[in-house]
Amino acid sequence: MSASQYRIVQSSGASRIAAALGLIVLALLVLAPYWAGRADLRLLGEVLLYLSLASLWNLLAGYAGLVSVGQQAFVGLGGYALFGLTMFGGLHPVLAVLVAGVIGGLVAMPVAALIFRLRGAYFAIGTWVMAEVFRLSAAQVSALGGGSGTSLPTPVVQSLADGRDAREALSYWLALAMALLALAVVYGVLRSRNGLALTAIRDNELAARSLGIDIWRTKFTVYVIVGALTAATGALLFLQKLRISPDAAFSANDWTAFVIFIVVIGGIGTVEGPIIGVIVFFLLRETLADLGTTYLIILGMFAIGVMLLAPKGLWGMVRARSDIQLFPLRRKVVAKPKD
Amino acid sequence: MSPILRLDQVSKAFGAIKVADSLSYELAAGEALGVIGPNGAGKTSMFNLITGTMAADSGRLFLGSEDITTLSAPRRCRSGIARSFQVPQPFGGMTVFENALVAATQGADMALGEAEEHCLDILEQTQLMAKANVPAGKLTLLERKRLELTRALCARPRVLLLDEIAGGLTEAECGALVETIQSVHASGMAIIWIEHVVHALLSVVERLIVIDFGRKIADGEPRAIMTSSQVQEIYLGIGANA
Repeated sequence: MSASQYRIVQSSGASRIAAALGLIVLALLVLAPYWAGRADLRLLGEVLLYLSLASLWNLLAGYAGLVSVGQQAFVGLGGYALFGLTMFGGLHPVLAVLVAGVIGGLVAMPVAALIFRLRGAYFAIGTWVMAEVFRLSAAQVSALGGGSGTSLPTPVVQSLADGRDAREALSYWLALAMALLALAVVYGVLRSRNGLALTAIRDNELAARSLGIDIWRTKFTVYVIVGALTAATGALLFLQKLRISPDAAFSANDWTAFVIFIVVIGGIGTVEGPIIGVIVFFLLRETLADLGTTYLIILGMFAIGVMLLAPKGLWGMVRARSDIQLFPLRRKVVAKPKD
Repeated sequence: MSPILRLDQVSKAFGAIKVADSLSYELAAGEALGVIGPNGAGKTSMFNLITGTMAADSGRLFLGSEDITTLSAPRRCRSGIARSFQVPQPFGGMTVFENALVAATQGADMALGEAEEHCLDILEQTQLMAKANVPAGKLTLLERKRLELTRALCARPRVLLLDEIAGGLTEAECGALVETIQSVHASGMAIIWIEHVVHALLSVVERLIVIDFGRKIADGEPRAIMTSSQVQEIYLGIGANA
């Protein structure tokens, strides 16, 4: 048989069913402002923004091996960029979110050049220190309320859309668009040549270098993309909250600890993991939040349980039993049917 | 004709141990050069110096007319030097085909579509098509050696470096692999091949060099080299006067 008798397939039966179901879920989500109450809509918006953060962190840590515990630096940067650009630059909030993303990407470049000198645990600590530097810097900006923070002025909020319902709907749709964009970018990167390179680096750095992969540049690209999208997500998070302070914007707990929890219990290093994780996390939060601190104890025990019993997360457990992929990344060589 | 690869007085030492001692030679386009020498003579180190995973202390390396002495390992691969590792280094979690794709999209800088076609052709040539969808971590030794060759070829090199690719194989496996390498060489590929399995080596190469203590101690027609007393003494451990 000659090579021309083979072809490459990427989709599978499962992925086609998943795509069909995904479209139905997407339609329901797009229409949410018409069927969900105000509180539910806010919750859904938050879920979607967490999905964005989790997918991005998964690309960073699960695929590029860059275990950052300082992504709150970019969440906070995006939030503060939104406030600064709308309050002093006179930008429309939606435009400000886009510019916040660009700023996030630009800031990620020198940050990467600096912290890429660190390896493993030192890299993680470096990212955290960087986030603290950002937090302390933000507290120095008196125009944005210094250490106690500030609220988004009413005219800025009103410029978003007429009426509270319309504003909340728009804010929700922006969150939905952000989550879709993050998923699309993550999936797109992984399917591209860069994605192959990332997986190769993860498997064997020596062979990767010898086959022409510039490891530094590959990781740098991922870090900058993730920085940009994380900042845009941060801007949207604080567009929902309408209030910002250094402690809330650069919270390691909210923007990194919970995000890591989501990715790890869902399944790190899989596109599906963060989706599963974010659903589980919010189910736990919404059903147990009334328990106060007990809720955090249960959350911690749940995380420990998953790590012990299913170290590759819930989706990893599924993958161990069947080679199912909802977002197919495998390229299978199949023989063309004889005609 | 100008050489495709040239080493000019390349030296490298770790403390008192010289792994390359003023190493100089040229490889002509399309030539197959064999390298032999005792264990620890500096053969693999020479490959590390050529591919850039190890930096030379002094001397210069040229690929065609380009001075590659200061280029990084990835850049040298993109310029046209690809190698197989003595101990196979597969991307264990990726399939054979994906391993090949990495080499074609990165080393040869091809777009995905073009790379897929190229990899299918190479897999056909290296007889790994049947294993295309198997994770590389699950391959047998022979298949891993073939994968090393496949990946190197998918990077579309101008110079192919083979490091003991026949080592550890059975006689039959070795014969099949030699046929594949012969077909690669017949297509005009310049090859440098380090090998202890001398009969496999001699069935492909037109020229042989002998390395000992990082020095080139012989260079010439394979059969003349193998029968020279100097080689028999140093490499095979047979006393010249015995």
